[in-house]
Amino acid sequence: MLAYIVRRLLYAIPILIGVNLLTFALFFVVNTPDDMARMQLGVKRVTPEAIQKWKADRGYDRPLLWNSAAVGSATLTDTIFFAKSVRMFAGDFGRADDGRDIAREIGSRMGPSLAIAVPTFVLGLFAAISFALLLVFFRATALDFTGVVLCVALMSVSGLFYIIGGQWLVSKVWHLVPISGYSGGLDAAKFLVLPVVIGVFGGIGGSTRWYRTIFLEEITRDYVRTARAKGLPERIVLFRHVLRNALIPILTGVVVVIPTLFMGSLLTESFFGVPGLGSYTIDAINAQDFAVVRSMVFIGSVLYIAGLLLTDISYTVADPRVRLQ
Amino acid sequence: MSVQVVFLWSDVLLFVLIAAIVALALWARRQDALRAAWARVARDGMAMAAATVLGVFVLVGLLDSLHYRPRLDARPGEPARYAVEVNSALDALLVDLRQRAEKTYSAPLATHLYAKEAIGDSAQRDFPRLKHGGSHLGADFSGYEFDIAIRVSRGCAGGLVAWLLLVALWCRRREAGIVAMLRGEGGGAAVRAVSLTLLPILLLAGMAISLGGGYHVFGTDKVGQDVLYLSLKSIRTGLLIGTLTTLVMLPLAVLLGILAGYVGGWVDDLIQYLYTTLSSIPGVLLIAAAVLMMQVVIDTHPDWFATSAERADARLLALCLILGVTSWTGVARLLRGETLKLRELEFVQAAQAFGVGRLAIMGRHILPNLMHIVLISLVMDFSGLVLAEAVLSYVGVGVDPTTISFGTMINTARMELAREPMVWWSLAAAFGFMFALVLAANLFADAVRDAFDPRSST
Repeated sequence: MLAYIVRRLLYAIPILIGVNLLTFALFFVVNTPDDMARMQLGVKRVTPEAIQKWKADRGYDRPLLWNSAAVGSATLTDTIFFAKSVRMFAGDFGRADDGRDIAREIGSRMGPSLAIAVPTFVLGLFAAISFALLLVFFRATALDFTGVVLCVALMSVSGLFYIIGGQWLVSKVWHLVPISGYSGGLDAAKFLVLPVVIGVFGGIGGSTRWYRTIFLEEITRDYVRTARAKGLPERIVLFRHVLRNALIPILTGVVVVIPTLFMGSLLTESFFGVPGLGSYTIDAINAQDFAVVRSMVFIGSVLYIAGLLLTDISYTVADPRVRLQ
Repeated sequence: MSVQVVFLWSDVLLFVLIAAIVALALWARRQDALRAAWARVARDGMAMAAATVLGVFVLVGLLDSLHYRPRLDARPGEPARYAVEVNSALDALLVDLRQRAEKTYSAPLATHLYAKEAIGDSAQRDFPRLKHGGSHLGADFSGYEFDIAIRVSRGCAGGLVAWLLLVALWCRRREAGIVAMLRGEGGGAAVRAVSLTLLPILLLAGMAISLGGGYHVFGTDKVGQDVLYLSLKSIRTGLLIGTLTTLVMLPLAVLLGILAGYVGGWVDDLIQYLYTTLSSIPGVLLIAAAVLMMQVVIDTHPDWFATSAERADARLLALCLILGVTSWTGVARLLRGETLKLRELEFVQAAQAFGVGRLAIMGRHILPNLMHIVLISLVMDFSGLVLAEAVLSYVGVGVDPTTISFGTMINTARMELAREPMVWWSLAAAFGFMFALVLAANLFADAVRDAFDPRSST
C-alpha cells in the first residue's frame, strides 16, 4: 500500500511538470510579456518606458528560458521560466498585481472557501443519495417518473438563476438573512446558510439522477435477487446491500472533488461576497492579474491529482477485494 | 435594395455542420440498426416534443446566421458602399423590434418609461410616454386593456389558424383524419407529439407577433432595446457554442481515443499523459487562462478584422475552440476504454488474421462500433455547453461583450435587481428561453441515449 502511494506520487510529478509547462506556454509564449503589458496599460497610449516599468515590476523583464547575460547557474535561474514557473513547486507563487504575497493570500482565504464548500458538499451528497434511494424504492411508479422529470427540469436551470432567485426570494422578499457578506466566528452562520442551501439545491437535480442510475444498475444484480429471495424487506435490501455495493461508482465521482473543495466556488463566492479563493480567482480574471490565475491553475491541478490518489485509496476502504500494489 | 452577403466564419461552419448532419442522416437511413434506433427515438412522444422545440430554436438560429451588409445610399456614378453594420435575415424579419428602441427601461407591455423624468420645461416630474410602446393609443389610454385583449385574441386566432392549416395539410397528404391523428392512431406517437407541441408554440408566436406590433412584449433594457429581440438573437450564440465546440472536440477525442486504445504501448502512454494533464487543470481556470491569452492576441491585432461583427465572431469561434480543446478528455477516455474491449473481440481478431491493416481496422471495424458513444456524448454535452456559456460570460471569459447571448443578458440584468421597483423582465426572458432550450436538449438527449445505449435496451 505504502509502495503504491509512493509510486503514485512519483507519477504525479510528470503530470505537474506538464501542467507547469502548459501554463508557462499559455502565459508567456503565446503572448510575449510586452503584449500583456500593452493590453493592461491600454493599447492606445503606451510608451516603451511604461512597458519596461510594468515588466520590471512583475519580474517579466528577464529572458524566457536562457539568460546568456548571467554567469554560472544564473543562466538558468534568472529567467522567467525558473522564477515564475519552477518556483511554484516550492510553494512560491510570487506577488499579485496589488503587491500582496499570493501564497499568504491563499492561506487566509482558504477558511471562508471551506466554510461554504464543505457543508454544501456533505449536505448535497446526503440529500442526493437519499432522494435517489427514494426514487429507486418507488421505481417504475408515478412518483419515480415525476421525480426524474423534476430532476431534469432542475438540471436545465442555470446555476446563476438559482443564486439570483434565492437571493431575491430569501433575502429581499423574506428578509431572512443578509444578501451577501461574511464575518468570522459564529457570526458567519447567518451569511453561510443561504449559499449552502442554494448550492445544495442547485446541484441536487443532476446528482440525484446520476445516483439513481447507479442504484438501478446495481439492483439487477444476482445478490439483490438472493437477498429478496431470502425474504429481506426492500428497505434493508436497498440500504444495506445496494448502497454498500454501489459505493465504488459513487466514490469514483465523489472523492476526487474533496481536495478541490479548497478552491471554493467561483459563482457562489462572488455573488455572496465571500472572501474565499473562488472570489479571489474571479477578481483576478476580471483584473487580468496573470500571476494569480497562473497560481490558481497550478494549485487546482495539484489538488485534483491528490483527489485521484485519494479515490484509489478509498476503494480499498470501501471494498476489501481491491488491493493496491 | 441590393446587399452584400457576408459569410462569417461561424456561419460557414454552422452550415457545413448542418450539411454533414443531413448527409449522415441520409446515410443512416440505409443502415438497418441505425434506422431501428432512430425509430425508437421517434416513438418516444417526449423526445419528439423536445425535438420540435429544438427545431424551432434551430430555425431561429439559422435565420440569424444569414448575414449581409445593407447598401448605403450613394450618389449615382460612385462605387457602391456598404454599411459597416452586419445584419442577419432575422434582423430583417424583426426590423420593427430592432429599430423601435426606447430611451431606457420599460416594463413588459408598458406605455410609459420606467423612471420619472422632467417633462417639457415645467419642473414637474412624471413618467414620460414611450416613443413606440402603446403609441397608437390616444392621449388618455382609454382603450389600453381593450387593445391588449384584442391583440391577444387576434394572435391566438392567428396561431390557431396556422396550426390548423399545417395539420390539415399533413392529414391531406397522408389521407388521415385529424381526430384520428391527434389520438395517435396511424402516424403514431411522433406526429401527435409534434403537432401538440406546435400548437402552444404557434399560439405564443402569434401572440408575440400581434402584441409586438404595438408594444414591447418583454419590455426594454437599459439602453431601450427590445428584450424579445435580444432573447431571439441569443439563441444563435447558444446553439453555436453547443454545436461548434463538439465539432472541435470530436475529431480530437475520436482519433486519440481509438489510437490510445488500439495501438497501445508508448502511444497509449503519451495520450493518457496528455489527457490526464489537461483534465487535471480545473476546467473554468484553464478556459479562463486561455481566453485571457486569446484576448491579448485579438487586442494586439486590431487590423485582422474588418468589422466589429467579425471580431466578435472570431472571439466566439476562439471560445468554441478553447472549450473543445479543454473538454475532449472525458470522451477520449471513454473511447479508449471501449476500444480496449473491442480489440479483443472475435471480429477484430479475424480482421487481424486476414491481414487487414491497422488503419483499416480502426476505421472500418472499431470506429462504427463506437459511434453510439460519440452520438450520446454529443447530444449530452450540448445542454451543458449552453449553460456553461452563461457562467463563463459572468466570470468575464465568455463571448465578446458586444455579442448578444444569454450570458451577457443575465450579466447586465443582474445589476438591475437591486433597483426599486425591480427590473426583472430581461432576467425572466433569458430564464424562459434558456430553460426551454436546455430542457428540450436534455429530454432529447435522454431519449437518444436510451435508444442507442446497448446497456439500456430493455
